[in-house]
Amino acid sequence: MTAPVAHDAPPDGARKAAAVPTAFRMTAGRISLDGREILRGIDLAIEEGEVVAVLGANGSGKSTLIRALLGLIPLSGGSTELYGSAPARFRQWWRIGYVPQRLSVGGGVPATVREVVASGRIARQSRFRPTSAADRHAVSRALAEVGLGDRAGDPVQTLSGGQQQRVLIARALAGEPDAFVMDEPTAGVDAASQRHLAGTLSGLVRAGRTVLLVAHELGPLEPLITRAVVLKEGCVVHDGLPPHAVGAHALPGHDHVHPHAPEAPQAATGGGMSGWSDAAIGSRRTENLDL
Amino acid sequence: MIELFALDFMRYALAAAVLVGLTAPAVGTFIVQRRLALLGDGIGHVALTGVALGFLTGTAPVLTAVVVAALGAVAIELVRARGRTSGDVALALLFYGGLAGGVMLIYLTPGGSTASLNTYLFGAITSVTGADLWVIALLAVLVLGVLAVFGRELFVLCQDEEVARAAGLPTRFLGLLIAVVAAVTVVVAMRAVGLLLVSALMVVPVATGQQLARSFRATMALAMLFGVLATVGGLTSSFYLDVPSGAAIVLLALAGFAVALTVGRFVRRSRPRESTI
Repeated sequence: MTAPVAHDAPPDGARKAAAVPTAFRMTAGRISLDGREILRGIDLAIEEGEVVAVLGANGSGKSTLIRALLGLIPLSGGSTELYGSAPARFRQWWRIGYVPQRLSVGGGVPATVREVVASGRIARQSRFRPTSAADRHAVSRALAEVGLGDRAGDPVQTLSGGQQQRVLIARALAGEPDAFVMDEPTAGVDAASQRHLAGTLSGLVRAGRTVLLVAHELGPLEPLITRAVVLKEGCVVHDGLPPHAVGAHALPGHDHVHPHAPEAPQAATGGGMSGWSDAAIGSRRTENLDL
Repeated sequence: MIELFALDFMRYALAAAVLVGLTAPAVGTFIVQRRLALLGDGIGHVALTGVALGFLTGTAPVLTAVVVAALGAVAIELVRARGRTSGDVALALLFYGGLAGGVMLIYLTPGGSTASLNTYLFGAITSVTGADLWVIALLAVLVLGVLAVFGRELFVLCQDEEVARAAGLPTRFLGLLIAVVAAVTVVVAMRAVGLLLVSALMVVPVATGQQLARSFRATMALAMLFGVLATVGGLTSSFYLDVPSGAAIVLLALAGFAVALTVGRFVRRSRPRESTI
């Protein structure tokens, strides 16, 4: 699969004129957490059907960017839009499948793989209607897609990290969204699960789904990516064709040792985590650990 | 067993025990999953101020307790959601405020003494009247109804709040809803086990169910079963052995947990090792 050339330069005006609707847009986005600027001057538009990877070193603001695009983190400047609406006014949440960095097992009450995956239907369900046959069918299909059909009745807590990642992807798949937003789907995942993920993703790409993912390194996902957005110290330093594996040194954070980013991790670890909910603290913590 | 049902007050007490045994663990399953196991304790302490306010104003203490506990729960949730102070410090502040407020208000009540708080602090399920039972039943139905309608959404919320938001769920509303439902539950259970032990009925049966179940649904079902066994068993033993009902209920629940812990270990060990790729 070759990457389309259309996204090389970012002619934003030209794109706006095109008929393809914009799935995610951030205009002059700026984000500060506890007085520390995490992202600044972000102008980004992701059209429907694009397969975009957000790359960068730890602490460059990758996770913050995609969570802000979903309205999960407030902006301190600029604006974001989901399918043309501000997140607070957006109502078609079933169009978005969010895959967080890791499975939150909460306070330790067991939940089966099927229960977690079935919760991906929530945006399509109505409060007073019981689970429908269509719901159950979508859940079974999602489980089969990630190869966890035989583990449906097992507690998610007993699964390996790679399998838990597949549960998260299945949860998003079960909602049958138009766009997938994935926070480091390959981090801490074994090679077999990474290949599995690449297979699932290529199916989504063929079906014309929009994919926005954060990655530390692309691995087997690389051939699927049509556009890469590279962040460095809170700014977009590259937006266009994905840098090739041979040119990995062009990427900040290509190396697991991060010799060149002594100050970058601090940006994320920095003091005030107290301002965040448990879930946010959890995911930020893993962001800092994903060596 | 027959003589248990021969007495009016025992019939009321048994009915109340069943209702409390069902409701507290059902709410507790969500609370534990949301990592707020001590929420019930915080609300319990705040509810004491409500009880004392009832004495002071000559209103039914259950009524004032529901109102004050619900307000306290909302306060806890707002502080938690803001995240400026850590959640457990916010809870601790309410613990102390609630307890001190209750003692102070009862002191200000003409003819009131801390002794009148005892039945609320430690429970006196055999003092439940017919009218009390109606209130308890109404509140229990309300709580279980809310869980039935909002259960799916609350499951997502308690699992991962950010995912719930990214699914478009009204997380602020749901967070307040589960907090208020917990407050109502605390007041329902207050007569059975007392405000100081109320949280035990929301947490211990869930911890017991967790040892044996594989799914969220089964954990909740088992928790409710163990909850009823503990409340009814505790009440029965308090009747025959003449021991305080609240303490008997909680100790029985804890004994159940100890047994489940052992059985759970055994079951997990004998289960064929799950392959992890």
